[in-house]
Amino acid sequence: MDFDLSDEQRLLQETVGQFLENECPMSRLRELFDDESGYDPILWKGLAEMGLAGIHLPGEYGGAEMEILDLAVVGETIGRAAAPVPFLSHSLACQAILSAGSDAQKERMLPSLASGEHLATVAFAEAGGQWLPDQWTLPAPNGTTGTISGAKEIVEFGEQADYFVVGLAGGKMGVVNRNASGVEIQRVEGADRTRRIARVSFDSTPVEILEGGGMEAAERVRDVGLVLLAADAFGGASKLVEMSVEYAKNREQFGVTIGHFQGLKHQLSNMAIEIEPARGLYWYAAHALDHVPEEATRTAALAKSHLCDRYSQIARDATEAHGGIGYTWEGDTQIWFKRAMFDRVFLGTPRHHKDRLADMSGW
Amino acid sequence: MDLSYGSELEAFREEVQSFLAANWPLSGDDLKLSREEQTRAFRRKATDAGYINRSIPKKYGGSEQPVEPLKGAVIGEEFAKAHAPTEPRGIGTMMLVPTLLDRGEEWQKEKFVRATIEGDIVWCQGYSEPGSGSDLASLKTKGELIGDEWVINGQKIWTSSAKEAHFMFCLVRTESDAKKHAGISYLLIDMDQPGIDVRPLKQMTGSNEFNEVFFTDAKTPKDWIVGKPGEGWLVSRTTLKHERNGIGAAAGTINLLNGLVELAREYKIDGRPAIEDKSIRRGLAELEGYVRSHQYSGYFQMTKDLKDENAGVIQLMNKLNSTNMGHMIAKLAMEILGDDGLVAPSSHGMGVGGSGAAGWITQYMSSVGVAIAGGTANIQRNVIAERGFGLPRDSAANRSK
Repeated sequence: MDFDLSDEQRLLQETVGQFLENECPMSRLRELFDDESGYDPILWKGLAEMGLAGIHLPGEYGGAEMEILDLAVVGETIGRAAAPVPFLSHSLACQAILSAGSDAQKERMLPSLASGEHLATVAFAEAGGQWLPDQWTLPAPNGTTGTISGAKEIVEFGEQADYFVVGLAGGKMGVVNRNASGVEIQRVEGADRTRRIARVSFDSTPVEILEGGGMEAAERVRDVGLVLLAADAFGGASKLVEMSVEYAKNREQFGVTIGHFQGLKHQLSNMAIEIEPARGLYWYAAHALDHVPEEATRTAALAKSHLCDRYSQIARDATEAHGGIGYTWEGDTQIWFKRAMFDRVFLGTPRHHKDRLADMSGW
Repeated sequence: MDLSYGSELEAFREEVQSFLAANWPLSGDDLKLSREEQTRAFRRKATDAGYINRSIPKKYGGSEQPVEPLKGAVIGEEFAKAHAPTEPRGIGTMMLVPTLLDRGEEWQKEKFVRATIEGDIVWCQGYSEPGSGSDLASLKTKGELIGDEWVINGQKIWTSSAKEAHFMFCLVRTESDAKKHAGISYLLIDMDQPGIDVRPLKQMTGSNEFNEVFFTDAKTPKDWIVGKPGEGWLVSRTTLKHERNGIGAAAGTINLLNGLVELAREYKIDGRPAIEDKSIRRGLAELEGYVRSHQYSGYFQMTKDLKDENAGVIQLMNKLNSTNMGHMIAKLAMEILGDDGLVAPSSHGMGVGGSGAAGWITQYMSSVGVAIAGGTANIQRNVIAERGFGLPRDSAANRSK
């Protein structure tokens, strides 16, 4: 019985956290937040050099051969730091190729992704919140190659990615080169400026279908994505609670620090009790993806819906706890507030995953 | 992360299972015994086998086992599955016995520990007073040493089991000159005496779990004190390193949620089973998130205990967390019950006689009681903020020291 992270996982979190603190301190984070493109290739390269562009990939493809839980604890750390890096979608694109690609495709595509030489992202969402494999409608060509036409919404770092893994009807996935004919990338001004988004459309665009794929592979990518969003939410929400406690210890009114006041103390306790016990939801869901496959899909839906709900509420509470400064652009809480908005929507809202959970629970 | 118990503990589990298969329910001549005597006979066997009373020395009737929380968890799981009795539940085994073992005189341990764990003695706790709830240390019940006896005057309230109890462990102000906390002593008092009057207190559910206890020149011998005069506050704070069963903590809430799912299958909303209603389904999904969080959080805290590491602020949250879940579950039950949400509560409480409406109404009401008993939810929030986050102590609480 050991329901805890290993020493190695804690060290991994510390190392990544320290790197982000050094290379992307608040001043740099704010620069990128206000920047037009919001992407720092050198920062991402630094993470890739630490092996974070392919933690969960096998060694033969240049990966670090770790588990989804390892990937997820890094996701938590990135969420804490609100790091403006394409970790989520790049990890999912790699997972898609790993789960659905043929051996030859994996050998050809994964090494340059694992090394960080190329950046990949996933293009899953269709208009109307159609995020999940069973909702994809873009027609897939027959055979491994052919063309696709249609549009995908909310593609994370779509403007920067070299490759798109596109979700297609029947749970198929295909890889598109950004320079292929008929690809149009349209920036969308999202609220979360640490994870930029684009609308990507295809017009008779050449695609390479991942040959070993199908609904099952696509569902694994979905579940890994849900766990990573849950981990990000846990990291971000925990950070917001800490920031609010710090603020209460420093801000003075009526001649004392505001942490003296019971109203605020109770608010802070209520925030903490919403998030602190919930870390195990993402831990267990991540663990299940490698070790308890029969529970993986259900626990991933639970982790995503619960933690993203909690994150959204804590983001509101933390803003309030910071008073006027919390409502300004200059204040820092808004950065996490907006990440909470992203985590809530990406791959489907909590409401949708609660409905899925209820169905899977046999209720 | 590894949620298995490992082969050694699985072997131990089999031992426990075969013990239970052989010994519970009882068989043969033992069946002629009364229910109570059967329980008693089984407890003796389970103690001899080392499965219960594990933290209590053999000379006081315990089984004196090394502290092994995982074994404790396995035993807890298997006994629960077999519906076999464990230690008598009650304030005596939970609070008095650990306190005596840590701070009591030898004669006190000999006189009280065995009789308490074997169920011969029932205790009640004399802590709260009408004017001293959250601010317990302001208590006023007075004890005066006259000759060889403490003479006690005053009143306690919210005293569970005061009618049945043989003895009370009681916080009494004995040092009138000392500061607030330093004026309190921890006395043991025989409940069967003319100076004690017990009056039942009817609670909003209609049942009587609590009492008021009035002391008018009640008496207890001079040496029926645990610790020295004025040490009572510290003695009452004694906690022993015992087998905390982090897994068991969530079991009750999981059962409650399962019961709620059953209720949603039985009741209808708009002519359809409530379980098919979208808002009910989402409500259940939300509760599942809280309940599983609590369960995993129990695993996490147990893991930290095993590694002798600090689990952090989470340890201060368990009571408030349970309270919150009890509220949420009760509220969703009311949505499901519809018009049955106005019936009177069951006098049996939850669990007895299934999950009918009256039982859930009791849950609806008693979940409010949980927010108050044993440290109110607002006090819990103070504790999290002050001890957990290191925010300043409440200034009023500081002033009254």
